Amino acid sequence: MTESAQDGEYDEWLDSIESDEGYYLECSNGHGWLPPRRVCPRCHDRALSQVDLPESGEIASHTTITVPTPQFEDDAPYVTAIADFGPVSVTGLVRDVDPDDVAIGDVVGIDVGERVTTGDRAVVFRPR
Amino acid sequence: MSDPRIAGAGVTHFGEHPERTGRDLFAEAGLEALDNAGIDPDDAEALYYGNFMGELAEHQGHQGPLMAEAIGLDVPATRVEAACASAGTAVREAVKTLRNGEAEVVLVGGAERMTNIGTAAATDALAIAADDLYEVRAGMTFPGAYALMARSYFDQYGGSHEDLAHIAVKNHEHALVNEHAQIQKEITVEDAMEAPTIADPLGLYDSCPITDGAAAAVLTTESYAEEHDLDAPVAITGSGQGGDNLALQDRPHLAQTPAADKAAEEAYGDAGVGPDDVDFAEVHDCFTIAEVLAIESLGFYEPGEGIAAARNGETTRDGDLPINLSGGLKAKGHPVGATGVAQLATVAWLLDGSHPRADAVPDSTVGVAHNAGGTVASTTVHVMEVQE
Repeated sequence: MTESAQDGEYDEWLDSIESDEGYYLECSNGHGWLPPRRVCPRCHDRALSQVDLPESGEIASHTTITVPTPQFEDDAPYVTAIADFGPVSVTGLVRDVDPDDVAIGDVVGIDVGERVTTGDRAVVFRPR
Repeated sequence: MSDPRIAGAGVTHFGEHPERTGRDLFAEAGLEALDNAGIDPDDAEALYYGNFMGELAEHQGHQGPLMAEAIGLDVPATRVEAACASAGTAVREAVKTLRNGEAEVVLVGGAERMTNIGTAAATDALAIAADDLYEVRAGMTFPGAYALMARSYFDQYGGSHEDLAHIAVKNHEHALVNEHAQIQKEITVEDAMEAPTIADPLGLYDSCPITDGAAAAVLTTESYAEEHDLDAPVAITGSGQGGDNLALQDRPHLAQTPAADKAAEEAYGDAGVGPDDVDFAEVHDCFTIAEVLAIESLGFYEPGEGIAAARNGETTRDGDLPINLSGGLKAKGHPVGATGVAQLATVAWLLDGSHPRADAVPDSTVGVAHNAGGTVASTTVHVMEVQE
């Protein structure tokens, strides 16, 4: 792997979020997943189709992390949350809101932002 | 099906030993296990060895043969990696090997060297047990992951950080007499509540420490133990393993651990016992909330009801169902790749009366060990019973 190597479908998915064309993969039985997936791990269906990601999701759980890994040293404290977008849920960094004000059920939009420490791309959620 | 006997076990001190190599830690535990078993080492036919982060902490892969050599054995050696459930999974492999009739004597163990790289690098190393693309890159740490589970639990079932504090207080108290334990320090609920936050709602005393240590055990077939007149009264009568989606985001429920449900159901069925038959358990309390999820998955409590168990005194050493009499991962420490075998040793010693907390469970006949990896995407459950 070289420094410029991409993580295939993951980076393509981030690109789609960045260009407001986010998607997820859905099987015939309505189970949603993020790429890369070749089979639904819940029902074994291989007929996965690309479906538009809803514009907003709801915070399912969140935490403010004060003891980070070195890759997030300058980001801390930061909020990591899982947001429920219906058939699929996504983990991301909550931005543009006071950590103390984040609550389960908050409605958020999804975007791509930069990690403070490394400048790498990351999924971010912002209040809607 | 024959139930393997625990012929002997050995555990190092769990704590901060940054200068000790993994191979030296494992040699201490492994040789102690061989000595306690009283077997001829030439009779050993395999080693199953748990280790999670050896490449990152010691730049050492291929640890199976290294560790067999460290304890003087020339046997096929297999390293098992299932994050924090590595050693429990190694136990399961050993049990299967013995039951299949492929061997009569098997060594099982694990080791982890962690403190030599410091807290930040250890936090980073532990995080690789999560989904790198979808969790770690969103800032997920292991305290963070369990914080997400804790907050979801509180939201769905109720409970509070104070309930979790009672678990920390209990496990610290249990460890006071355990000379192998990393932390032998009594704490109060107030101490736990006022400790610095790591990932809210979890604080320093909700989290197990970073630990160096090793554990090992000699398992034999029932017939080998009889033929060699071994003092091995405890048998592994049930073994189960379960799995789940690696990433929390892909699970239908953030406050339940179905991998442990599956492992428990299989282990109980294998042993022919149920949760009501269990006298005590050692469970994977890497964080206080993890103990709650474990005792619910093991069927001791309904979902949403385990949170109050420590607070109500039900799981303390004088309670009806003592949990983590060793001090658990919380106070005993958690050298990741060794934990599952340390739990096995603890249960065996509690059942045969040689553990310093055995007085809490004097007439016990059934103990359980629950070992979980990641955010419980891997779990093993083993039932151990005293045999006549």
